[in-house]
Parts: sequence; structure tokens; C-alpha cells
Amino acid sequence: MDQLLNWAPLLAILVSALAAVAIPLTGERNRNLRETWTILASILKFGLVASMIPGVLAGQRYGVELLEIAPGIELALRVDPAGLLFAMSASFLWILTSFYAIGYMRGGKERKQSRFFSMLAVCLSATIGICFSANLLTFVLFYEILSVATYPLVIHAGSEKAYRIGRQYLVYAITAGIALVGGIALIYGVTGTLDFVPGGFLDAGAGAPMLWTIFILFAIGFGVKAGVMPLQSWLPNAMIAPTPVSALLHAVAVVKAGVFGFVRLVGYVFGPELFGDMGAAIVLATFAGATIVLASLIAMTKDDLKARLAYSTVGHLSYIVLGIALLVPQAMLGAAFHMVTHAAMKITLFFCAGAIYIHTGKKKVSQLDGIGRQMPITMAAFGVGAVGLAGVPLVGGFVSKWYLAAGSVDAELLIFLGVLLVSGLLNAAYLVPIVTRAFFRSSEEHPRFGEASIFMVGPIVVTMLLSLLLGIHPDGIFGFFSVAEAIVESVTGVSFSGGG
Amino acid sequence: MSQIPALIPTLLLLAALLSLLAGLKSQRAGYFLALMGAGASFLVSVLGLVEVVSSGQAIRYAMGGWIPPIGIEFVLDHLAAYMTTLITFIGVVVFIYAPRSLHFESPGKATFAYPSMALLIAGLAGMTLTGDVFNLYVFLEIAALAAYALLAIGERGGPFATLRYLLIGAAGGGFYLLGVGFLYFSAGTLNMADLSGLLPELMENRAVMTAAALMVVGLALKMALFPMHFWMPDVYHNAPTVAAGLIAPIMTKVSAYAIIRLFLDVFPPGFFTETLPITATIGWLSAAGILYGSILAIAQHDYRRMLAYSSVGQIAYVGLGIGLANPIGLIGGLLHIVNHALMKGLLFLIGGAVRLRTGVTRIPDMKGLGRSMPWTMYAFVIGILGMVGIPPTAGFFSKFYLLLGAVEAGAWIWFAVIIVSSLLSAVYFFRVTEMIFRDPGEDPAETSREEGGEKDETTPDQPQGDPPASMFIPIAILAAGVILVGVFNFVIISALLERVVAPLGG
Repeated sequence: MDQLLNWAPLLAILVSALAAVAIPLTGERNRNLRETWTILASILKFGLVASMIPGVLAGQRYGVELLEIAPGIELALRVDPAGLLFAMSASFLWILTSFYAIGYMRGGKERKQSRFFSMLAVCLSATIGICFSANLLTFVLFYEILSVATYPLVIHAGSEKAYRIGRQYLVYAITAGIALVGGIALIYGVTGTLDFVPGGFLDAGAGAPMLWTIFILFAIGFGVKAGVMPLQSWLPNAMIAPTPVSALLHAVAVVKAGVFGFVRLVGYVFGPELFGDMGAAIVLATFAGATIVLASLIAMTKDDLKARLAYSTVGHLSYIVLGIALLVPQAMLGAAFHMVTHAAMKITLFFCAGAIYIHTGKKKVSQLDGIGRQMPITMAAFGVGAVGLAGVPLVGGFVSKWYLAAGSVDAELLIFLGVLLVSGLLNAAYLVPIVTRAFFRSSEEHPRFGEASIFMVGPIVVTMLLSLLLGIHPDGIFGFFSVAEAIVESVTGVSFSGGG
Repeated sequence: MSQIPALIPTLLLLAALLSLLAGLKSQRAGYFLALMGAGASFLVSVLGLVEVVSSGQAIRYAMGGWIPPIGIEFVLDHLAAYMTTLITFIGVVVFIYAPRSLHFESPGKATFAYPSMALLIAGLAGMTLTGDVFNLYVFLEIAALAAYALLAIGERGGPFATLRYLLIGAAGGGFYLLGVGFLYFSAGTLNMADLSGLLPELMENRAVMTAAALMVVGLALKMALFPMHFWMPDVYHNAPTVAAGLIAPIMTKVSAYAIIRLFLDVFPPGFFTETLPITATIGWLSAAGILYGSILAIAQHDYRRMLAYSSVGQIAYVGLGIGLANPIGLIGGLLHIVNHALMKGLLFLIGGAVRLRTGVTRIPDMKGLGRSMPWTMYAFVIGILGMVGIPPTAGFFSKFYLLLGAVEAGAWIWFAVIIVSSLLSAVYFFRVTEMIFRDPGEDPAETSREEGGEKDETTPDQPQGDPPASMFIPIAILAAGVILVGVFNFVIISALLERVVAPLGG
């Protein structure tokens, strides 16, 4: 069984790549068959990822070395807790997004649907590839594919504005990619290896200027996708893409790939000790802390619902980056878990925004007065996501934020505790009023009950329940919390016996 | 087996001659003979490649039985096998593509085009195979003459651009020949292997230094190394697609090859790096050329001019590999010879296919091609990804090795140049991609043509859609090559290139 599972990571990547080919070949002629490929691939992919959970928790590291792709560097996959956690959340949410996207794309009569579903599948292949990469070169290979494959989704609308934003997106993404390649070349030049090692493989002997150059190149490379200020401006613009893309890629897969990059960089390349000693940690934490506050403030000013959510995403991604940069086990645990909880909560909010748009054509917060009467399920789910992001107990966001806060106390950096508290209030200030407006103000426009299609409402309910379950029983579903603990244990060596 | 080195150019020369004679009677027969010659030489090259790799030994052949160093020697070693396989491969691919394209772009001139193509390939293959510095000059001129003939059948500006190229090419050849003369008077031999034995004692000899400088300057002109590139954009702009499709991918590269050969195998170790700072000079000129070519490419509106300026930048990557003068950096440069040959060949052939179907050569007129020629445009995207250096295409790896080489050499400015240039090529290539996948919309081609002034007078050949198979298959082969060479680049490196750079040590 374990022998077979060594192929699971490769299959998990290939299954959506196959779907990406099958989708355009089936095409518009048989839409139901075409959508079947997406659904089938997403379920298979999650099954493959989930099949590895028990083994990885027991210390197994599944993987294959495919071929030598550069002197001394293999194209290699290896499943460790960090990759598994990201892969679990991305592939599970892809299943829901697949259903949701069918409802959204058909409901909105969108153009070029084959290209849309095909590229989405490519993006998921690349994301899983990023999760399971065993070394930096394999990582950057998938990272670049992800950057390029997202472009057709960003310009999906085909308008002049979409192309302009697409250009901006590419400039950011290509800059990030080439910065990474440069950083990798430096690391290879210094150490002669690129394999991820829990606890890091760089050492201080390389000298501070070299280490700082490497750090800056990687910070650009990952910071763009993770939306760390001042590299965030592409992300709110990219919301011009169809909502399923905003929901899955620009709240979960693509942006988290950047965050995940920071996990790899700090935990598996530099190692927490060196990263802290050289002083990079406090720099990264400062940028992340500033991003958290600023993004929340900007979000308050946005009337466009998706733009508000986008800035919220920018802020929450930096929660994770902050947790990593604090370097203490508690904070890292919070960061790892926030990757999952934020994904669940934010995708709920985006799903809701898309359902509202497709069903009523409304895009702005100020138009949502009284919409709770028409779409109570959607708005209730929105409410759960909103309070969860603000950090209210019983929703997943509370758990991750708790550990982040505990971590900033552990790290004796109380300023970041302040940042987290302020940001929680700001989150509540820009998200909760949307819900109160929807339920407690009345409007002529939303007279009676009428939800969006079941394809959209179904996934919304599931992600809402997921957000709640993660808050009530963090380890209840798929062992997310245990996997997060395993990450911290492997990087820091600190054991959380008994769990949180 | 031992005749392989001589067989490759001989087959092509023979094919050129027969093709011309037969072509006067029947164009079809002429084409067939030239294609056969190219195909046969490719097969022989592959055979030679396999033999060289499996035995680990170079195959040597003394022309006419005259024992070197008296006679001329042909040597198929790892580097030569690498180059000839590439040259004859591109040759075959372009030959398959040629009939439809020539029929459309240069009607009535195909009879003379086929022998010229075969002659060009023969000259280039000969340059890589010969073990004699003077004989290299002979093949260089054969290739050059064939190239002038091919280019001159292009459109209006073609003959004039070709004349300029001819003058510059002659100057380049002249410099090289002068250098060979100096070398002969100093060392008393022209055989490369012999020279490499004699030259270490003549390291401080002024005449040898002058010889090296002259030879490299001559080859750098031919290679279009910045700032000696100025002939290239006009030539490519006016060339028929098949001529550009042959010359851009392989001709400049063979001159780069010749510099690498002189550097590694003829002159003593350290001569190009320490005695004379030739590699460093080439490296700095290349760094400048990479930036210059990329920036000017952004400013172009004509597709072929853009490709030409891009070539100025891309050939400079090979030059940068020479400049780094360490094993991994030179491997990057050598790998880029194949990468760029495949990518640039692909992009020129696609340009020809687009012209055939729509008559369009200007980038602003390329709107909507993604819909009308979808498969061609998928291939185009692969080419673009290669040029920008997105993995797993070949372009990524050559740039990665150049970066590694720059790190090893501590050449931080060059490191930065490689990084910046990737961004620049992303800018000019994604601009085209965006245009192609746009809907034709209400902004029709007429407007931009009116203000553009420069119109293509050739009318499109009906019907619309992807090009005929004879043109699409070469495009598909090259596109597949861009990805396959990327994925399996290490196979090439371990089988061939590591041996090639062995003289650098490490």
C-alpha cells in the first residue's frame, strides 16, 4: 500500500492535467460531459490527497523522483505535512468550486467556458505540484506554470479593462517568478543543493550580504502572490476574473501558494534559527503587520463587495506570513491553521458575493440593503464567514487567531498582539455591517425569498459548515489540526502532545 | 563509420548540385532531391551522434587520404555532433515547410531556393565538422554565399539589405581569414589539433594574439554580436520566411560555435581568459546586447523586426555563456544554441504561416488570430513561453544555467542582466500574445494599416484557418521540441555538453 501511495502525489497532479485536456476536446457540444470531467477530476484529486493523510501523520513521506532535470537536481515530489495541509484545503475546495462554477458560469451565461474550466484545472495541477515539490527547482517550475495559467482566467471578461489588468498581473507574476529563479541560483551556488529540509539547509557561513540578497529575491517572489504590501496591488484588480476564480485562486490556491512559499522559505530553506538570527524575521513580520492594518483600513473604504473581500484577503494572508515570521511554535501553528480556516471562510464570502451577483446583478455593498430577506441562506453563510474572519469563537478563525496571538506573546512582540486585536475589530467593522444591512434594513427590491441555483447554494452551505466545524472541533475534519501540528513539530522540533 | 564526418557535408553538396540540375527540368524533382539530401544528412548526423556518445571517442576522417596536419581533417566530436544534428534537423524541418511558403512568398524562385538552402546547410555543417581553421573559412563563405542568394529573393528591400549584409559578411570573413594567415605564419599549421599542441609555446607571441583577436572579431560580426548586429534587422525583415527560418536559428549560432571551438580546443587554456581578455569582452558586449536587443524589440511593430531584435538579445545569451567561461555557464550558452534555434525557428515559421493565411506581418494587425488559427497559436504560445523562460520549456533551463554560471563567477552585473532581460522579453512577447487572443472586435485591421504606412502587398492565400499540413507539421515538431528539450535537457548535458566543457575543468 505504501509503495502504491508513493505515486499518489504524481497522480494527484496528473488527474487535473488530464481533465484540462479532456475539457476543451469535449467542448461546448456536450456541456454536461465536459463538466463531468471537472467534477470527476476534483473528487479523484481530493481522494488521492486524502489517502495520504494517515501515513503522513505517522511519519511517512511519500514521493517519487522522476528524472534528473538539471545537474544534481531531480524533478522530485515528496509529501510532508506542510504540503499536505495546503493540498488538502486546495483540493477539497476545488470540489466545491467545481459545482459552484457550473452554477455561476451557466447562470451568468459566461463566454469561453471550456477555456475557463480547462485553465482552472491546470491551475489546480500546478497548485498541487507546488504543495508536493521536494526541492526548490520543482517548486518554481509549478509556481511559474500557475502564474501563466492564471492569466487567461484574469482576462476572461475580454474587455479592455481586463486586458489592462492582465498585463499588470503578468508583470507582477513574471517579476516574481524571475526573482525566485535568481534566488534559487544563488542558493544553489552557495550550497550546491536545493532540497527542502525541515529546519532549513542554509547556514550563516554564506555571509550576511548573500543571505540578505537571497531573502529579498524570495520575498519579492513570494510576496507578490501573498499580497504583502507594497506588492499587493495586482490582487484587488484581479477580482475582474469570474467569481469562482476569485474564490478559489485569489483566496485559496494562487495567493496561498505565495504564503506557502514563505512556509518553505522560513521552515525548510533558511530554518527558523538562521532566519531569526540574521534579522530577516523581524523585517518580514513588520511588513506583514503593516499590511494587516493597512489592508483592513482600505477594505473599509471599498463599496465594491469583491474589492472589499480582496483587501480582506490581503490582510489575512499577512496574518499567515506574520505567524511564520514570528518563528515561535504557537505562532507557526496559528499560521498553518489559518491557511485552512481563512480558505474556508473567505471562499464562503466570495461564493456569497458571486451568488448575489449572478442572482441579482448587485456588486456593491450599498445595494445590499434588505437582501437577507431574499437570500437568507446566502447571507447567513456570509455572516458566519464575516464573524469568523473577525475572530469570534465557534468559527475557525478564532482558533487560528488564538494561536497567533499566543505566539506573539511568546515571541515577546506585543506590538503584533495589538495588530491582531486592532485588525479583528477592523474586520468586524468592514464585514459585519454588510450582514446587518442585509437583514435589518428593508428595501423594495428584495421582496420575497428566492435563492440562487442549488449548484451555488450547496457549496456555500458546505463551506459555511466547514468554517464552523473548524472552530468547534478543529481536528474533526480530515485531521487538519493534527497536520498543522505536524508541520510545526517537523520544523521546530517542538512537540504538541495531546494537541490543542 | 569513419566516413561520417565527411559524409554529412558531401551529401548536402551533392544534393545542392543535383537539385539545381534537376530543378531546371522539374521543380518538383529538384525539391525532392534537396529534401532527400537534407534528410539523409540528418540521419547520418544522428548516427554519428549515437556513435560518438556511445564510444566516447571523436570520429576523424582525413580528406583524400592526406594525413593531417598536411591534409584537411574532418572531426566529429561531441561538440560537432551536437551542432550538426541541430543544423541538419532544422534543415529538414524547414525543407518540409518550404514549398508552400516559397510558392506563396516568392513565386517562381523556388528552383534556385532549394539548392541554395542545401548549400547553406552544407556550409554550416562543414564549419562545425572541419578540423582545419582555413577550411572553416571556406565553408563559412559557402554558407554566406548561399545565404545571400536566399535572402535576395525576398521582397522589395531584400536585395539592398542583402547587399549590406554581403559587404559586412565579406568584412567578417576577411577579418577571420587575416587571422588565419597570422596564425599560419606563426605556427606553421592550420590543423586545429596540431595548433592546440603548438600554441602553448607561442602564448606570448604578438602575431598569435593578433590572429586570435582578428578571428574572433570576424566571427563576432557574423554572429551579430552587439554592436556588430546592425545588419540583422533589415535582413530578417525582408527575408522570405524559409531564409529567415534557416538563418536566424542556426547561422549566427554556428559563428558562435566557431568562437567556442577556438576558445576550448584550438587556443591553449587560459589564452582567451587571461592572456587576452577575449571572453570577458564578449561577455560584456553580450550583456549590453541582451539589454539593447530586448529594449528595441519592445519598440517594433513589425513581427519579423521584433524577432530580429530579439535575436540580437538571444544570441548574446550564448555570448554570455562564453563570457562566463566556467563549465556551468558555458553549458547554459551551449544549451541556448539549441533552445533558441528551436524557438526562433518556430516563431519565424509561424510568422510565415500567418502571412500565408492573412497577409499580416504587423503586430497590431494580429488581432483575432487565436480564433482563426487556433492550433498555430497554441504552438506560438509554447514558443513565447520558451522565449520568456517559463519552465518546463527549454528557455528556462539555459537561463537557469547562465544564472548559476554567473553566481559561480561572481558576475553580479551579468546576473542582473539575465534577470532584467527575462522581464523585457516577457513584455514584448506577451504583447503579441494578448493581441492574438483578442477578439477581432470593431477595431479592424484597416485603421492600423492606414496609419502604419508599411503595407504588405502580398494577398492572403485562401482558405482561412490553420496552415496546410506541410507547414503545420514543422511548426508542431518545433513546438514539441521546445518542451522536450526542456524536460530532457539534462540528458543532452550529461551525454554531450559535460564532455564539451571538460577543457574548462571542474
